[in-house]
Amino acid sequence: MATIFETLKLYFTYPFVRYALIVGVLIALCSSLLGVTLVLKRFSFIGDGLSHVAFGGMAIASVLKFTNDMPLTLTVTVISAILLLMSSKNAKIKGDAAIAMVSVGSLAIGYLLLNIFSPSGNLSGDVCSTLFGSTSILTLTKTEVYLCAVLSVIVVAVFVLLYNRIFAVTFDEDFSNATGINANLYNFAIAIIIAVIIVLAMNLVGSLLISALVIFPSLSAMRLFKSFKSVTVCSAVLSVLCSLLGILISIVFGTPVGSTIVAADIIAFLVCYIIGLLVGGKKI
Amino acid sequence: MAQLTCDKVTLGYDGKVVRENVSFSVKSGDYLCIIGENGSGKSTLMKTILGLKAPMSGKISYGDGLKEKEIGYLPQQTDIQKDFPASVYEIVLSGCLSKLGAKPFYTKKQKDMANYQIHRLGLDNLKKRCYRELSGGQQQRVLLARALCATKKMILLDEPVSGLDPKVTADMYELIDALNKKDGITVIMISHDIKSTLTYATHILHVGKDIFFGTKQEYLKSDFAKVFANKGGEE
Ligand SMILES: Nc1ncnc2c1ncn2[C@@H]1O[C@H](COP(=O)(O)OP(=O)(O)OP(=O)(O)O)[C@@H](O)[C@H]1O
Ligand SMILES: [Mg+2]
Repeated sequence: MATIFETLKLYFTYPFVRYALIVGVLIALCSSLLGVTLVLKRFSFIGDGLSHVAFGGMAIASVLKFTNDMPLTLTVTVISAILLLMSSKNAKIKGDAAIAMVSVGSLAIGYLLLNIFSPSGNLSGDVCSTLFGSTSILTLTKTEVYLCAVLSVIVVAVFVLLYNRIFAVTFDEDFSNATGINANLYNFAIAIIIAVIIVLAMNLVGSLLISALVIFPSLSAMRLFKSFKSVTVCSAVLSVLCSLLGILISIVFGTPVGSTIVAADIIAFLVCYIIGLLVGGKKI
Repeated sequence: MAQLTCDKVTLGYDGKVVRENVSFSVKSGDYLCIIGENGSGKSTLMKTILGLKAPMSGKISYGDGLKEKEIGYLPQQTDIQKDFPASVYEIVLSGCLSKLGAKPFYTKKQKDMANYQIHRLGLDNLKKRCYRELSGGQQQRVLLARALCATKKMILLDEPVSGLDPKVTADMYELIDALNKKDGITVIMISHDIKSTLTYATHILHVGKDIFFGTKQEYLKSDFAKVFANKGGEE
């Protein structure tokens, strides 16, 4: 036990570890906020698709040898979010099919680009880390940390300000429209926030595991709580705790950051599931 | 002056006409029942009144201080999410959304309003409960409380008693009647329950191949009522 703390203490003298923790917590906080909305509005497909788009964006950025790939990835992902939402409205191509096309397409093109123009010798290592985020969190630069921090704060602020409207639009779109809320506008706002969250979360867990980061804390919280507010707060807390735990474990034991965090989220879900069964069984 | 006037409105979806030439008007304090067979366009009419979809032609106008966004609405079927974790209080409060304006959060006054509606509909002991764990009748009440938060003037109810047991149905009718008589809220209700319709309504709109609009007394004298009487029920 003592050696674990010694190890941690040693690691905390390195700035990149501190960065990793800060960014990890912020990203975890953001990504958990919209989980409920995503799950219930069936936007989780969009979320999944967008994470692949983000991979494509990242591939292009690295082929173009950008030192900081986040701005390009962010732009590409936000634009795709808007396009996907628009296409799922006008129903010529079914929303789900469009998402599948875009997501698989960008995955393929991204990999192809990386393969042809690969800037580094270790292609499979690069791809693996983009998909699973194995080391990226520990190699963040100061700029990236600042960018992540600013974006996270914006996401949290926007979410808090729009909280009541997001609730209404998620719960009953027709009623919101009838009371003069432009539900479509908020759907777009939600999609853009998702896009930002995905690009952020990619740094933490890699593009394949983003959905887990977004959805697990909310699903866990929904096992325990019955109101939107308590579910949102609980999932934020769970998400932050699991990420902290995941990052610390991965530092000490050298496991991949992303998968460790997701594993922590899964365990939290199982615990919540069991508690939910026990408590729910009594109440009825 | 009429609160709501529909003038030769054509209802439809994506260029397909559902019903043509619907005209009627509602004054403050009226209790209008909309009847007609399944698929005749009643719900479509309501959505058009609410501005959820545009009429294909014709004009809908609001008057007497009523604004389009101040109409309370109890939908027939909602796309309400089955698994949505929301307490009764949160849902009722969301009825105050239109009063939010540009502000991000609800004020004390709006929260009081939600509490008052919860109390009025006898939902006090369910306030903290999760919506999805309520019975159908309780859910209807919650949605009615939400609709009442949205309006002081007019409420649109799309088959508010479908699926409710006779006792709860009677309670619901009493409640709606009280809203109309005591609080002076204009009621527009879609119903298949002709008997209660004729008990409470002041005006009837019959939507079908032929359209009838008039007071209850006029309706009882008209051919529509005779057809209904002959068939001994819903046409
Ligand atoms: N979203 C939609 N898109 C296209 N057509 C629709 C849509 N909703 C309803 N319709 C069509 O419009 C017609 C009228 O439907 P509406 O729901 O208004 O009937 P209704 O009078 O409310 O029936 P009910 O008594 O069963 O509730 C129907 O023929 C229906 O098929
Ligand atoms: Mg209907």
